[in-house]
Amino acid sequence: MSAIYTRRHIKNIAAKVLATAAIIIGLVFLVWILWITLVNGISAFNWRLFTKITAYGPDGGLSNAIVGSLIMDLIAIAICAPIGVLAGTYLAECASSSKFGATVRFLNDILLSAPSIVLGLFVYVIVVIPSTSLSGGAVSFSGFAGSVALALIGLPVIVRTTDEMMQLVPTTLREAALSLGIPQWKMTLQVLMRAAMSGIITGILLALARLAGETAPLLFTAFGNNYMSVHPLDKMASLPVAIYQYTNDPNPTLHAIAWAGALLITLFVLALSLLTRLLFSRKKVSYD
Amino acid sequence: MTNLAAAAQTPSDTASVNERTKIKVRDLDFYYNGFHALKGINMDIPEKKVTAIIGPSGCGKSTLLRIFNRIYAMYPKLEAQGEVVLDGENVLDKSYSMNRLRSKVGMVFQKPVPFPMTIFENVAYGIRHHEKLKRKAMEARVEEALRGAALWDEVKDKLGQSALGLSGGQQQRLCIARGIALKPEVLLLDEPTSALDPIATGRIEQLVEELKKEYTIVMVTHNMQQAARVSDYTAFMYLGELVEFGVTEKIFTKPDKKQTEDYITGRFG
Amino acid sequence: MHSKDHIIKSYDQELDRLTGEIARMGELSVTQLEAAIDVVERRDERAALRVVENDDAIDAMETEISHDVVRLLALRAPMARDLREVFAALRIAADIERIGDYGANVAKRAIPLSMVAPITHARSLRRLSELAAVAVRKVLAAYREGDAEAAYQVWEDDVKLDEAYTGLFRELLTYMMEDPRSITPCTHLLFMAKNIERIGDHATNIAENVWFLVKGEALEATRKKGDETSGPELEEGI
Repeated sequence: MSAIYTRRHIKNIAAKVLATAAIIIGLVFLVWILWITLVNGISAFNWRLFTKITAYGPDGGLSNAIVGSLIMDLIAIAICAPIGVLAGTYLAECASSSKFGATVRFLNDILLSAPSIVLGLFVYVIVVIPSTSLSGGAVSFSGFAGSVALALIGLPVIVRTTDEMMQLVPTTLREAALSLGIPQWKMTLQVLMRAAMSGIITGILLALARLAGETAPLLFTAFGNNYMSVHPLDKMASLPVAIYQYTNDPNPTLHAIAWAGALLITLFVLALSLLTRLLFSRKKVSYD
Repeated sequence: MTNLAAAAQTPSDTASVNERTKIKVRDLDFYYNGFHALKGINMDIPEKKVTAIIGPSGCGKSTLLRIFNRIYAMYPKLEAQGEVVLDGENVLDKSYSMNRLRSKVGMVFQKPVPFPMTIFENVAYGIRHHEKLKRKAMEARVEEALRGAALWDEVKDKLGQSALGLSGGQQQRLCIARGIALKPEVLLLDEPTSALDPIATGRIEQLVEELKKEYTIVMVTHNMQQAARVSDYTAFMYLGELVEFGVTEKIFTKPDKKQTEDYITGRFG
Repeated sequence: MHSKDHIIKSYDQELDRLTGEIARMGELSVTQLEAAIDVVERRDERAALRVVENDDAIDAMETEISHDVVRLLALRAPMARDLREVFAALRIAADIERIGDYGANVAKRAIPLSMVAPITHARSLRRLSELAAVAVRKVLAAYREGDAEAAYQVWEDDVKLDEAYTGLFRELLTYMMEDPRSITPCTHLLFMAKNIERIGDHATNIAENVWFLVKGEALEATRKKGDETSGPELEEGI
């Protein structure tokens, strides 16, 4: 009788060891990345980073890139959040089991995994080129075009999470609202969306975290700018693009600034993650 | 029509003469993706009484309940044929307004599902959709509903708090309050206590006893003892058919049909 | 007699146990009655004492049945036929217990009776007791078989027992008037006859319970009273 248990015991230990090893490998790289970013970034992490623009080169900072990134990220979220939330709600409430819904979900998943450089080129073709020809060259690359490209990255994330969060709302809540005579649109907006709110906001923050780190879609759209620019129709600097440019430069001081920028993005994303965590744990709604 | 009425199951035996029929079900068939889920149901549900519907899982008892307020219509591929006559009007008629039907027929579900709002808003939300009330009047209506659901004393000091913080039994009574806030005439209870502990269940049963003074109550339950405890009439359904419908005492002491007897004595194979 | 097909098998076993106990208890009560009449005829004091002592066994069985019924009601919450089964068992057990008591009473009176000169009327008593024993046997069979009609027959036949009792009553009365020395033994016989007549009444009670158990309704109908000896009933006192 003990043979079978001994064998199981050994298998159990083997499985545990393998699983733990996998976790350690993953964690090692994560901590390594964070460590290197921190060590290298901290040396150039100073006041100048937030006050000087990139035009000063090694004597400058990243203030224009920080401002540009914030502006573009916010515009991008302002574009993709409403569309994404409404589209996700539509999928969950009106097309949960239809063929059309399944097709849209499939296409959305493709958009989710599309290479970001492709999205950048797409926006270059549909926004940058027409705006150049329409304005006679006055407007070409712009922060707005960058935002559109980033919005395309955030959109599928928001659609997906909203769809799933709305589907998690129990059917009985719908039935309860409808049985009070509440019409579907009112029920969806006032009851279901409220029940799924923390999940939907989490999706939006995740999308923000995702698009904050994107470089490729900005290369052909916002282009970059060594001076402070807050006008969305101007070329606009951004942290990822600045980092990309500085790391291609032989000057080690610029490398250090690039590391500091990387650290900044990492902290931003970290802060967003913590925020979503906080949101989810505080307003956890359980219907089971 | 006369011979239809003759075929209908009026609760048999000692049903007193002065009882009024609130809901008349006539030749009701229900199809679920082509599956014949309810077969020719005829029954007269008496006014201001508790009618319990019992039967094994899948017998169609919940389906029948869901036809009474047409909540089934939110799902595709479901079809009801026949008549459900509420106070002389067929509610299955397309011209019968959904708003009117749902303000006349309230429903409480198996699991308590408070809306993600404050306790006050949970009750006020439904009222607001149907009538425009001044603040004072609304407060009075909410209090009335909460008192009616025997919940007022427990929540009067925390009306502004989230309803999700209440216990399961309190949440279910809140759902009942939400239902009676619209001043319906019929209350449908779909296994209202199956997710509650015995104490909370007792409170709900006591409440049902009080509510029947004003409302016609139709209750689906898996718990036969509960049907025996709270209902005046009991209907037994099996495989989509209404097997027997009669005074509760008779159903539980001497049912007419063998199928009924086998089910309630725990002999179903 | 109930159909043995509850989903929960132990429920069947408990109901079986209950009906088995009733059957055994009933059998014992009839045996007691027959033994009592025997000792009257044999004028055997010691045997009479044994019959009286045996009644404790019947009382003990009734206690056990009451206990089983309470447990079934509490733990199984029986419904419909099962509920009637349990309820009828409780009432039938009480009736059998009374039958046992009357049997013992007859045996008790056999002791003083055996101390006086024998009288011929003791034989009429046997006819009466045979009628009662048949009634009890038949009604117990009806209970085992769940046969409401057979139970009804017992219920109707009680008139014969009542008539036989009335006949015996008049006979003894005449005898006592003829010969005052016979008053003592005849009074004992009279009380015995009354006890046996009461056994018949309990058999009809059981018949009513069998009817209720099977049909789910009371066996109503006006019953013709064969016993005309007493105006207002003074049953327990006699």
